[in-house]
Amino acid sequence: MNNNDNNDYSPYKDITVDRAVAEILRESQGRLSTAFDRALAMKCCPIGSGISGICCKNCSMGPCRVREDTVGLCGATLGTITARNLARQIAAGAAAHSDHGRDLAHLLGLAAEGKAPGIEIKDELKLMKFARNLGIEIKDRDVKEIALEASEKALSLFGQQHGEIDLIKIAPPARQEIWRKNNVIPRGVDREIVEIMHRTHAGVDQEPENILSQAVRCALADGWGGSMIATEITDILFNTPEALRAKTNLGMLREDEVNIVIHGHEPTLSEIIVEYSSDNELVEYAKSKGAKGINIVGICCTANEILMRQGIAPIGNFLSQEAAIMTGAIELMVVDIQCIMQALGRLTQNYHTKLVTTSPKCKIPGAIHMEFRDVNGPELAKEIIKMAIDNFSERKGEIHIPDVSSDLVAGFSHEYIRYMLGGRFRESLRPLNDAIIDGRIQGVVGVVGCNNARHCQDKYHNFVARELIKRDYLVVQTGCSAISTAKYGLMVPEALEYAGEGLRSICETVGIPPILHMGSCVDNSRILTVLSDVVEEGGLGDDISDLPVAGIAPEWMSEKALSIGTYVAASGVYTAFSGEPIPVESSPEVKKIMTEGWQKKYGGQLEYIMDIEELLNKVINVIQEKRKALKIDMKKERVLLDMEARRALKDV
Amino acid sequence: MSKIIATGAIKGAYKTVERAEKVLKECIEKHGREQKVEFPNTGYYLPVIYSMTGIEVEKLSDCEGVLNEAKKLLPPVPEEKVWLPYLGGTLDAGIATLWSEEVIEAIKYIDGPPPADGIWLGAATDVILRERGIEFVDGTAPGFAACVGACKDSKTAVRIARELQEKNIYVFMSGSTNGISMAEQLAEEGVELGWDTRLVPFGKDISATVYALGFAARAALSFGGVQPGDYKKMLLYNKNRVFAFVLALGEVDDEKYANAAGAINFGFPTIADTDIPEILPRGICTYEHVVSNIPDEEIVAKAIEVRGLKITVEKVDIPVAFGPAFEGERVRKEDTYVEFGGNRSEAIEFLHCADSSEVEDGKIEVFGPEVDDIEEGGVLPLGIEVLVYGRKMQEDFEPVMERQIHYFINYATGIFHMGQRDTIWVRFSKEAVKSGFKIRHLGTILHAKMHSSFGNIMDKIQVKIYTNVEDVVRLKKEAKKVFRIRDERLKNLTDESVDTFYSCTLCQSFAPNHVCVVSPERPGLCGAYNWLDCKASFEINPTGPNQPVKKGETMDERLGIWKGVNEFVYKASNQTLESFSAYSMIVDPMTSCGCFEVIVAILPSTNGVMAVNREYPGMTPSGMKFSTMAGMVGGGIQTPGFIGISKFFICSRKFIRADGGLARLVWMPSMLKEEIRDLLEERSRELGLGDDFLDKIATEKEAETEEQVLEWVQKVNHPVLEMEPIM
Repeated sequence: MNNNDNNDYSPYKDITVDRAVAEILRESQGRLSTAFDRALAMKCCPIGSGISGICCKNCSMGPCRVREDTVGLCGATLGTITARNLARQIAAGAAAHSDHGRDLAHLLGLAAEGKAPGIEIKDELKLMKFARNLGIEIKDRDVKEIALEASEKALSLFGQQHGEIDLIKIAPPARQEIWRKNNVIPRGVDREIVEIMHRTHAGVDQEPENILSQAVRCALADGWGGSMIATEITDILFNTPEALRAKTNLGMLREDEVNIVIHGHEPTLSEIIVEYSSDNELVEYAKSKGAKGINIVGICCTANEILMRQGIAPIGNFLSQEAAIMTGAIELMVVDIQCIMQALGRLTQNYHTKLVTTSPKCKIPGAIHMEFRDVNGPELAKEIIKMAIDNFSERKGEIHIPDVSSDLVAGFSHEYIRYMLGGRFRESLRPLNDAIIDGRIQGVVGVVGCNNARHCQDKYHNFVARELIKRDYLVVQTGCSAISTAKYGLMVPEALEYAGEGLRSICETVGIPPILHMGSCVDNSRILTVLSDVVEEGGLGDDISDLPVAGIAPEWMSEKALSIGTYVAASGVYTAFSGEPIPVESSPEVKKIMTEGWQKKYGGQLEYIMDIEELLNKVINVIQEKRKALKIDMKKERVLLDMEARRALKDV
Repeated sequence: MSKIIATGAIKGAYKTVERAEKVLKECIEKHGREQKVEFPNTGYYLPVIYSMTGIEVEKLSDCEGVLNEAKKLLPPVPEEKVWLPYLGGTLDAGIATLWSEEVIEAIKYIDGPPPADGIWLGAATDVILRERGIEFVDGTAPGFAACVGACKDSKTAVRIARELQEKNIYVFMSGSTNGISMAEQLAEEGVELGWDTRLVPFGKDISATVYALGFAARAALSFGGVQPGDYKKMLLYNKNRVFAFVLALGEVDDEKYANAAGAINFGFPTIADTDIPEILPRGICTYEHVVSNIPDEEIVAKAIEVRGLKITVEKVDIPVAFGPAFEGERVRKEDTYVEFGGNRSEAIEFLHCADSSEVEDGKIEVFGPEVDDIEEGGVLPLGIEVLVYGRKMQEDFEPVMERQIHYFINYATGIFHMGQRDTIWVRFSKEAVKSGFKIRHLGTILHAKMHSSFGNIMDKIQVKIYTNVEDVVRLKKEAKKVFRIRDERLKNLTDESVDTFYSCTLCQSFAPNHVCVVSPERPGLCGAYNWLDCKASFEINPTGPNQPVKKGETMDERLGIWKGVNEFVYKASNQTLESFSAYSMIVDPMTSCGCFEVIVAILPSTNGVMAVNREYPGMTPSGMKFSTMAGMVGGGIQTPGFIGISKFFICSRKFIRADGGLARLVWMPSMLKEEIRDLLEERSRELGLGDDFLDKIATEKEAETEEQVLEWVQKVNHPVLEMEPIM
């Protein structure tokens, strides 16, 4: 079911295409300030955004405002300052993902030692694979022992001072060679971040290309290091996702149940809360308080984590967080880290809704802090649920839950994709490669990234996704972008009707939607693994840069997106951002390095294209060029084998 | 749309698993869980299960375990709306179906109805697997068609069967449509069924389809060196190397969909004559997975295209169907119009070189009566003289090519040929004569086939056929002189008398890393190619599978090590084998693909060796059955103490000469002993082992264990007792 086709709530239709959010905004009639209102009230700083010159505040001689024809007090040029600022943003993005990964690595060790109540090793096979990738001996060792060593090894990887981190070996050999040649194979992400901070300090690295090479190295440490560790360990502890059915949007809130929203990015406490939400005692307690039950839903990437593994409904993405509170139906919103608007603190004051922060890294004025310390999962989860139940009777004023929801299918992990294409005995990516070679699938495009209040919510995501599937490009998604198309019914298998003939035939054969949900934003590392696997499967070149694939972040907002965009580009993928500009727009020098320069070095680039249709055309052109280079742009005669040809077969 | 197929296949899988559970439960109630269960005369247990899981199903209780695993494979039936991906689950359901069907069929061997009954053959034994498997390996048979159901009428069934036969494709038949099966339709039309004609009725039950897949699974284990339990390799081996497909004839129900899903795991697509949904994208199969609504007259051609197969069928201008598939057809006495030879009349066939001026290409003459001149049931003398001229022709090749006369003539439907030289026996069926087949057509066949097979060395071919007694007797006299010379030459053809051996990589389509070295005294281990065959083959196709190997400097005469051979083997084995000895099974023995006829293994306590042929299904004194040993010997690895060889090589002077030769032989199955008795006697006399040496070799009648063999050799005072320790 999908009833989110048509948002005609003027004037909100320019703010969001999501009818549920528009309905809430209309109800509120501007009584309460939201990010949408603030975006209208406050323009963004043109210097900060890099459209018109750039601002350097790395020393107290400044801030210096520098344009093409001026320099800072120290003589820093536009290009240098632009590169330095970008590098620092990438460092911040990489730090966010990787610190998340570090916490999971730590948790893996605690789980192995039995010191993290409520957490256990659920996917042993994946643990073995992960351990092997870290160069750990498996043999017939005890699972816990392997897990402990994997945890230690993963933790040490963050601070690795020399050499190459192990996980880059997942990349095709040709790709590793390119990185090696350009001296960007990362050491530990901590070291790479520190080095960025050092190099961008006043009076250190002043050559834009050199600064950006370090930014690439740092981003790779995120994608093939910190983020990948986060994904892998999340799978180990909470199971590798498999396809499942769910529903999305604000319509999944329940008027007669205790509504608890989980928001942020970490899977840990949220998984435990989901588990306890069906605890009999708590459910009975909820009933004693007049509620029919406990309804757990999510927002942002914590939502994606528990969607992928438990089928919990994501009620919205980044820009839905305020609207969710404004339904008046939420007893409690529990948040961990990243993308949590400070505005929630004030907004919840207008409702009975309790805002609970749980990470020592993230406290918010106006919120109740109940710290998750790895060892207190079950008690804390119960306490939080109980607090929500107790709050049920405190609802004030009118409840407004928009009757808007859509079905979706999620759970497309790398492992599941292999399974769904061949079953238990023939699992592989062969059918995907063959479909690409045959042109049934023209290419694969990752449509990822955030919402941005300066742009109509979800509009670009849906535009590019729809246009791509129509033209036989398989779309894979993560993060807020994934929720953005799910909300409009594009992630159900029935959506194959929007796909071109070729893609539709694959959707029919496999039983998949034309758009695959691959997880949270940290799970972009899954896409790297799949791309490496596609190369290994054969028939589409020797390196990721040969593949007819691209990445798009059409409504990007966070520094994490800049880190992702950079590691994807440096992994050999053409990557385009739209919506707000990448803060390098005023420096042709830096733009050139990131486009032509990186293209030459890494076979991929990061480019900002404001016009979304132009971006779409560019992506399609790039992919078609790759198809041409692979000589799969034209239909080929089928190869018929006689005995002599069979004798010449070398494999199997 | 695929979802319909997925839904049908998954439902069919549930039904099949349920059915298997039911028959198993009943069987256990009757016989207990310890009841033995097996397919007859095979070392591969229930082969699909064995190849995929490594589970050796021997008792009913083993079946319980298998069915539990099968149940775990069953996915939910796809929902009507917001369905989850179904392809993976459907393929798993197909495998669950096949495992269940093997259990169902195996239980039939206990409680009936018997799988081999009337026209139905049930499971193929290992003997058949070897005989027929070799044809798949060397390309004589490019693949098989698993025909499930029945055609719209019996005439169509015959047409499809003939078309497949003409393309040399095996026809495996199972299942039924509206109570009728294709095999029954063929039988109704009087078509000869069986392994010999490549028209194989496995069973009328849909579950008999699993025999076809079991055959494929065994081919991978037997010829491909795939280890039991290595399911991925087994399935991919079949996808890449066994060119099979399913013809779904008539209505397709859930159980048939489930079988199709099982077959797709092997890379075998389904081609249907009814309007079922299609699955066109590729990936599990090489091309389309399911293609439907194909008219009967196009279905064979379509199937071959979908499977990615290239078959070139040469047309021979005779009035009956022609192709290797018809080779095994017999002509019964009551169906015979005319016969030749077979001790009822003088007969001979003889191929020899002649000067260019003496040979007129394409000239075919019949001297004496034609079929029109005689009554039905008549007998005529027959002399077939084939004169060939070619600049690259050598006298050595004459017997190689003469031997082909048997095959070529047999390829014609309704024509039967047996024996060679002056022992031939030929029959024309009434049907063939009615179709217009004449004696002169024998010449047409030989001219066409000799040209197409040996065109590289033969420039001109002329055939003279005699059907009057005087000419036949004259020809016989001439020919016998030549035969004697040929035999003499062959006898003197030793490893020492030549400077070149030949490699054989004919079976690399199935066993990619193995190479045979064929010498005059050591034929290929499959028994099908000797040194002369290889030599001729090289002349015919200089870049083909038989390449000359210069012996070079002799490094060890006793062991049979030559520098040139070593260098060749080193290169051909991808630098894995540095040294090879032709005459030892202990020091760097030759590797094996999987096609060997016989395995020789040391029985250490007896100081001797045993030889076991593939056809022998029982336990050997080594404690292993042939199939288990085959797994150790095959795959291109040197396994000291074990070798795979041809039957003939046991009688060769060079048989494990360095290890003591024939005198070491202490055990062999009686069937093998009888088969090569004459040659064995000749060789043991020559070696001075005594007239009673053969009696001193134990068979399964005298000894089943190594201890019993030891007791036996001591009892009969076998020469091995006097020999120095073998190891």
